[in-house]
Amino acid sequence: MTSITPRLLPPDPVTGRALDMRSLSAHEAHFGPAPRVAVATKGRPESLIDEISASGLRGRGGGWFPTARKMHAVVESAAARKALSSGRKAVVIANAMEGEPASSKDAILLSHSPHLVIEGIQAAAATIGASNAYLAVHRGSPLIPILDEVLAQRSGIDRVPVELITPPARYVASEESALTHWAGDGEATPVYGARPFQRGMNGRPTLVQNAETLAHIALIARNGGAWFASAGVPDAPGTTLVSVGGAVAQPGVIEVATGSPVTDILNRCGGVTGSIQGFLTGGYGGAWVSTTALQTTTWAPDPVREAGGVIGAGILLALGSQHCPLEEMARVAMWMAGESAGQCGPCRFGLPTVADDLATLAGREGSIQDIHRLNERLALIVNRGGCKHPDGTARFISTGIHTFHAEVAHHANGHCSASSNHFALPIPEGRAVPVNRAGKDFK
Amino acid sequence: MNHPRPGLSKLRLDPTVCDAHGFCAEVLPELITLDEWEFPVFISGGLTVEVPHELLGEAKRAVSACPVLALRLSKED
Repeated sequence: MTSITPRLLPPDPVTGRALDMRSLSAHEAHFGPAPRVAVATKGRPESLIDEISASGLRGRGGGWFPTARKMHAVVESAAARKALSSGRKAVVIANAMEGEPASSKDAILLSHSPHLVIEGIQAAAATIGASNAYLAVHRGSPLIPILDEVLAQRSGIDRVPVELITPPARYVASEESALTHWAGDGEATPVYGARPFQRGMNGRPTLVQNAETLAHIALIARNGGAWFASAGVPDAPGTTLVSVGGAVAQPGVIEVATGSPVTDILNRCGGVTGSIQGFLTGGYGGAWVSTTALQTTTWAPDPVREAGGVIGAGILLALGSQHCPLEEMARVAMWMAGESAGQCGPCRFGLPTVADDLATLAGREGSIQDIHRLNERLALIVNRGGCKHPDGTARFISTGIHTFHAEVAHHANGHCSASSNHFALPIPEGRAVPVNRAGKDFK
Repeated sequence: MNHPRPGLSKLRLDPTVCDAHGFCAEVLPELITLDEWEFPVFISGGLTVEVPHELLGEAKRAVSACPVLALRLSKED
């Protein structure tokens, strides 16, 4: 595999670190002037949508849904509503909430190449004929002052003014319908059966796209769809950002072509450090994968899924063998239970219960029967929520039970192989402080 | 994913509204059981379940028995 030139996060030729392009002049010096995108009229999308379609771009927020199809859906419902003369124009929301604690790619992107994201918002808004645009980062985010400054530089440049919005930092608040709900006059809670592309923010057709997806659109607007698809695998082309964490020498965000061998990704982060007992893919709504399965695969949606994982928003975390996977999972499960909107029973009652089950097992107070009961409960939690929060958390736990089955059985027999007394999986500070039932503080 | 058969009615649960009153499972035990927290579980495992013609009357009763209107019966997908 040939190494690919980073597109979104180009490196400084001297230091090798990602260039700081917060100033518009630095941005234009590297990427050239902003692309000119014709504005959609008469309910028809502009030609950029064909380039995006040809590019094969898929959403980088976690779902990997084809971007052009989502844009077409917004255009069609906007046209239908106009025909019904209830027509207020479409809205674009850039999602940089980054609810996954192990993800930092949107923050890295917005603190290095923020103008690319905003140009992407402009290009998308013009293409679908949107009249309002929002950029969402979570409340208290260190990005807020940076983006205020960036947006101030662009005053008078952008056709559609971009408003910075800051919904609460809760995990489910970054879910598409919750974000759309909050951007309008609702709360930051998921809406069951919502179709934001049809009736989104305050009932308007709403295009929600991840910040990285929009940055790719800005480059497709400059260079075309064929250029975009010249990197990566055919069914999910392009480059993509990966947040690499845990037991690697240099954790951080790197940009790779889709389809890159996972070993290449790890090597670019200085390689794994020490013995690894498994990998977390896709974050706390993602899936654990065994070391062998993951290290022999490539980083694209299909091969990672075949290995038992999920790319999600591009998270890859190596769990060192010195950590107890049950303690790690119990702590994260309790945190995820606290991040629920609490609207649906299986999530509100199911997640704290399975987190408790994990804590019991982690505390070596559980039996084989407790493992069976936990698996039964996990099976009953999925597909019954208004959003995918319970499903993602259940997958995180059930794949962990599977990946670390030997250590789980070891715990049921009263033993734990861990030697470390600190945790590998990050939990945001200042939010829900879970305590293990076995009495050990989870810090 | 359920593959709907044309003509069959579907019972649909809004889980964000459901408050575990449990009347639906009493009226329609053929299609609905309750989990350990007394929230309904459809035999389909999801949030919609196809209603056979012979259970249509019970399904309608289940819909009207729900105090928070969390159940809907519909013909379309």
